[in-house]
Amino acid sequence: MTARDTDWDGVRLHVVTGKGGTGKTTVAAALALALAHSGRKVLLIEAEGRQGIARLFDQPPLPYEERKIAIGPGEADDGRDPGGDVYALAIDPEGALLDYLQMFYNMRSAGHVLTRLGLVDFATTIAPGLSDVLVTGKATEAARRRQQGSGYVYDSVVLDAPPTGRVGRFLNVSAEVSGLAKVGPIRTHADTVARVIKSPQTAVHFVSTLEEMPVQEALDGIAELRGVPGMQVGGVVINMAQPAVLSREELKAAPDVPGMAKALAAAGLHTTDVLAAALADELAEHARHVELQDRERSELEAAGQPIYELPMITEGIDLAALHRLAAELRDQGAA
Amino acid sequence: MNPRLDMDRIIDDRRTRIIVCCGSGGVGKTTAAAAIGLRAAERGRQVCVLTVDPARRLAQSMGLTSLDNTPRLIEDVDRTAGGSLYAMMLDMKRTFDEIVEAHADPVRAAQILANPFYQSLSSSFAGTQEYMAMEKLGQLRRSNEWDLIVVDTPPSRSALDFLDAPERLGRFLDGRLIRVLTSPAKATRPFTKVLNAGFSMMTGALTKLLGAQVLRDAQTFVTALDTMFGGFRERAEATYRLLQAPGTSFLVVAAPEPDALREASYFVERLDEERMPLAGLVLNRVHRSPGTRLSAARSLAAAETLDTIQNDAVAPAEANGCTVAAAALRLHAAHMSLSERERRVAGAFTSAHPAVPTLEVPALPADVHDLAGLRSIGAAMGPPLEGGSPGRAGVA
Repeated sequence: MTARDTDWDGVRLHVVTGKGGTGKTTVAAALALALAHSGRKVLLIEAEGRQGIARLFDQPPLPYEERKIAIGPGEADDGRDPGGDVYALAIDPEGALLDYLQMFYNMRSAGHVLTRLGLVDFATTIAPGLSDVLVTGKATEAARRRQQGSGYVYDSVVLDAPPTGRVGRFLNVSAEVSGLAKVGPIRTHADTVARVIKSPQTAVHFVSTLEEMPVQEALDGIAELRGVPGMQVGGVVINMAQPAVLSREELKAAPDVPGMAKALAAAGLHTTDVLAAALADELAEHARHVELQDRERSELEAAGQPIYELPMITEGIDLAALHRLAAELRDQGAA
Repeated sequence: MNPRLDMDRIIDDRRTRIIVCCGSGGVGKTTAAAAIGLRAAERGRQVCVLTVDPARRLAQSMGLTSLDNTPRLIEDVDRTAGGSLYAMMLDMKRTFDEIVEAHADPVRAAQILANPFYQSLSSSFAGTQEYMAMEKLGQLRRSNEWDLIVVDTPPSRSALDFLDAPERLGRFLDGRLIRVLTSPAKATRPFTKVLNAGFSMMTGALTKLLGAQVLRDAQTFVTALDTMFGGFRERAEATYRLLQAPGTSFLVVAAPEPDALREASYFVERLDEERMPLAGLVLNRVHRSPGTRLSAARSLAAAETLDTIQNDAVAPAEANGCTVAAAALRLHAAHMSLSERERRVAGAFTSAHPAVPTLEVPALPADVHDLAGLRSIGAAMGPPLEGGSPGRAGVA
């Protein structure tokens, strides 16, 4: 079952965005794990130096260097699937600038001197779009990098991008830079990056919780990207959803407190009247919450993009939880 | 146990003139700031809430279709205590333009406003928003029209950017490097030949990187700005001093999540280093522990027992009671472990900062839609009601 279709076959660069607090980095990490199967090699890139990826994978802070941080799942029903590899890279504009100078002008050592003189701060300040171009440039370079001979070095690249409020500007690098630099090498570079980002090889996924503001922000973000020719809106990942514990009909009905008390007593619990009343309260609040979630979910569905839903993991996110989320994404066809 | 943050004492104290709400993105900072502003206004203060968050819903919850760069009076605030509430949203480009227009003659101002470098800097430099928020805060404070200003901080990648960015922008606009650009010969005279070589290498690299035209725009811009008023850095420093002055209170807002509390921790330490007055931590969106303390383990065990009983049940009503009770027990177990986890996460913060006054605000079932919603958050920040929640004292 290694060659099954997914919703994003052909996409090599997965950009993941979402409102702050929605678990964007967690979803990006889970997506990278999900993509790393059947011997595939995936690069997970963190665009804003918070070292969230290192913490998720329980690793020391990542340097500006691609290093292996996890092994993707093999498939249980196919003993031969060896799983794949997840590499990670934390990009900072400074490292990306040195990279750029090295790649195009072969002047990395000069770059180090310039860094000490404050060049990076200066250059990125002078051209506000510059640091975005450098970061997206690194991501697109990794997505297109080829091995000697043939084939790509990475089968997929997952970019943990800035929050939704800034992602349009972040990705629309060419337009940002063109306001400043009408000609020149950085303009050429920006145009190259834009060609990759605005191609079917790139998809931008939105992470949202089932709450009003994150949903609104995701919908606004989707509308914004749809307005940019060539940009491909990807899936909507609903994160931290609380699964309903009963059917919608059962939740609508007022809980039968005496009946619950009787059942609780049968299960060997004490003071079951009080307990049943307290549990019924929790159930009623849950019913209200499920209703709210349903409303937000249908708002997201109305956007017409594929939807994936990940459950709330109350114990907190560790490697085991990431694998669980990755399996969910795989099962739902995201990877 | 940490002392309880006494919000009413802070907002009732007439010497409190500025409250800064900071914290990482997505923790409910803006809503907290609006709730504090409303509570202060209804307790008799003349309040202006300055937000940088363009959330339409926040404006709507206060009865406005949208917020703009001018403070607007919020109707339907209870004014019996003599207070009032205004709200505005920072438009950073507009604020920057206003500074230029106020300090330059019309011709020069028009020149600067049309400069592509200025346009880019004023609308998208990462530090401009923070800088302009501080500029606006200074303006509002100096106007003396309000006796309390509540401000939330921009949604930076990290809460600390807010403290550093004004410095950075000030340093940049006023800095040595930009002077090198504008008049290389003069600025480099005191330096050694080695440094001199470094600088020319740098301008060379910049030209390679950006193209000569960008550098020319930057030079024109800086020259124009330089003659207009000296010392962007001085303004940044004045803002910094304003924040250190008595009368300013910092509130760190966090959700009971490891990342948000880690940011909060850094921020608390940083404020301490900068001798900025920290009032306390608002732990927002805390899930209340359920009405019954039955443990997660016992709940799950009982739910399993019920699964078995249910299969043997004869009467449908009995089976239904079992299904509902088992579901409720599983739900309760999840609530208990969530609440336990939040307690553990918050405990890591409070044990590292045992002296920081702390206040818990319970998670609401839905987003805030109106003043009533903001008012209830404000009430949760007030004194604890008899019998515990909302607003349990401190963090156990």
